[in-house]
Amino acid sequence: MKPFHKHTGSAVPLMRSNIDTDQIIPKQFLKRIERTGYGEFLFYDWRYNSDGSLIQDFVLNDPRYSAASILLAGENFGCGSSREHAPWSLLDHGFCVVIAPRFADIFYNNSFKNGLLLVTLDSADVEWLANEAATEPGKPLTVDLEDCVVTDGQSFTRTFKVDEFRRHCLLDGLDDIGLTLQHEAAITAYEQGRFEAQRNAAV
Amino acid sequence: MIPMKTLYDKLWDSHIVHESPGQPALLYVDLHLVHEVTSPQAFEGLRLAGRTVRRPERTFATVDHAIPTLNRDLPFKDPIAAKQVETLRANCKEFGVALYDLDRIEQGIIHVFGPEQGLTQPGMTIVCGDSHTSTHGAFGALAFGIGTSEVEHVLATQTLPQSRAKNLLIRVDGELPFGVTAKDVILGIINRIGTGGGTGHVIEFAGAAIDALSMEGRMTVCNMSIEAGAKAGLIAPDEKTYAYLRDKPFAPKDEEWDRAVEHWRKLPSEPGAQFDRTVKIDAADLEPYVTWGTSPEMSVKISESVPDLADARDDGQKAAFTRAYEYMGVEPSQKIDAVNIDRAFIGSCTNARIEDLRAAARVARGHKVSGRVKAMVVPGSMQIKRQAEDEGLAKVFVDAGFEWRDAGCSMCLAMNDDVLGEGERCASTSNRNFEGRQGRGGRTHLVSPPMAAAAAIAGHFVDVRNWKFNEQ
Ligand code: SF4
Repeated sequence: MKPFHKHTGSAVPLMRSNIDTDQIIPKQFLKRIERTGYGEFLFYDWRYNSDGSLIQDFVLNDPRYSAASILLAGENFGCGSSREHAPWSLLDHGFCVVIAPRFADIFYNNSFKNGLLLVTLDSADVEWLANEAATEPGKPLTVDLEDCVVTDGQSFTRTFKVDEFRRHCLLDGLDDIGLTLQHEAAITAYEQGRFEAQRNAAV
Repeated sequence: MIPMKTLYDKLWDSHIVHESPGQPALLYVDLHLVHEVTSPQAFEGLRLAGRTVRRPERTFATVDHAIPTLNRDLPFKDPIAAKQVETLRANCKEFGVALYDLDRIEQGIIHVFGPEQGLTQPGMTIVCGDSHTSTHGAFGALAFGIGTSEVEHVLATQTLPQSRAKNLLIRVDGELPFGVTAKDVILGIINRIGTGGGTGHVIEFAGAAIDALSMEGRMTVCNMSIEAGAKAGLIAPDEKTYAYLRDKPFAPKDEEWDRAVEHWRKLPSEPGAQFDRTVKIDAADLEPYVTWGTSPEMSVKISESVPDLADARDDGQKAAFTRAYEYMGVEPSQKIDAVNIDRAFIGSCTNARIEDLRAAARVARGHKVSGRVKAMVVPGSMQIKRQAEDEGLAKVFVDAGFEWRDAGCSMCLAMNDDVLGEGERCASTSNRNFEGRQGRGGRTHLVSPPMAAAAAIAGHFVDVRNWKFNEQ
């Protein structure tokens, strides 16, 4: 996984709540057996008409946001299915960060495992950023994972909370499986029933 | 004094392999279920890293999401789906994982398959690259959905780093009124607590109305706990759980069975155990529910109307309502039983078990599907299909004009040919009414199996409590 330290880029506002993974990447694109190449299908049904033409007034189709790398969204972003194709498609499309008031659980895990940083801010702050992005497309925003800060370099600076372990993994680009295999002995011991007593005591 | 433990606390504590401060705990995984859609990249990851499957004997696969439910003896029409299934076959072979393929009577939707084979057992940790893994919680197992990176992690290590969730108790007290099913219980709960109501929590469902549910009904309830945002759903095991499992193929046998039951009896939450939150629901307040919008929380009772904008709790919900009216083609204040449907789908891991088919067939018996409706029944597994044929249910459906299909996810997510057309409206027993879930522009209304059957026959939503049943 690519380490994440600090990212500066512009933001695009997509302030709907409950944006589910079926919207992020519709099911017809889940049949592929690769991890890459999903970016062109991101928000497919919102970006394209059924004849394949662009839906002009969808914000991601607005040329002023074509370089955006930070997505601003409403409550409960990423709810629905466990498809990891959702963070894959966001990353492949060029997003590095999503900022929302709340994320769904499985999507949250999936994103961190792929180096997509999710930042949780108060709704009012996300709204404020969305307004800024709407009035001044292309305005840069910096997301710093070392200090856990989002700032526009001017009036807006907010700190955010992120689980310390996840932060550490993302900063160092650590491979989860590698980390776990350091506990190989504990896994084997558990399997051999050394923990049988503990298991019985626990219930 | 040792604090009293909840069922979740016990499941958690008994599966910790390793813990260090400031890090998520490493949990052991007892059962890993695999299907064709979320696994190819995980196996590929193993191969690239030169790793193996640590516990192939704890890993089981079937095909369900992308497969056709008609003409399965012919080659797949969709070459990409065919490749995905082929890839699973090759991976299972290479890594020594048991695959219940299309030619097996056990084949079915992964969350129907696990319990039916007795793989799902109380006290276990169960994961699958699928959000509705929460279904298995009905047996008192800690079961939750994971993404593909986590699938790879479990394949390689049989463990998963996890953070502890909070305990949420939902008590449904009293007795369910006539015509109110497990599906209505969970739709009613989500209506009350919202799609984020369970975020960060594991929900334990309890109370007289939950105790009274069959195992099938309990699976329906736990299945949709993910739709309330919860990490998992749980129901304490009891005599019904043991009776269900007793002679299943993978259930423990003889003395092992006795020992297992003895262990399972110790699992339920202790009286006085602390929950972080408790929600109480009176079963008598529940009715058959119908979703009207594009989120499972947007539902109304069958006697009610689509809500007005004024009913929205805040501006965000107002915007969501406005979008949902438009997408769904419904009007504020419109009576829900005045909404006509074009399609009916009885199936999915929420509602395609034998009891669901019996309940739907009871409604359909001696009636005809409305001329304006195309209706289909897709059993949850091939075993259920056969049982329904043996019990005469299939004939009831076919005589009434329902299509009778082979087992799979089918139009629950419409990855195969079973798809809603643009603007088509469907009464569906599945679990998600998201935009485009059953096909681009398709309009999904979630209901129970009897409500779906009744709507198929009437051509619009009707109150199944007033149904004219033709008993055998
Ligand atoms: S039936 Fe639907 S919800 Fe269940 S596993 Fe299949 S696609 Fe997922």
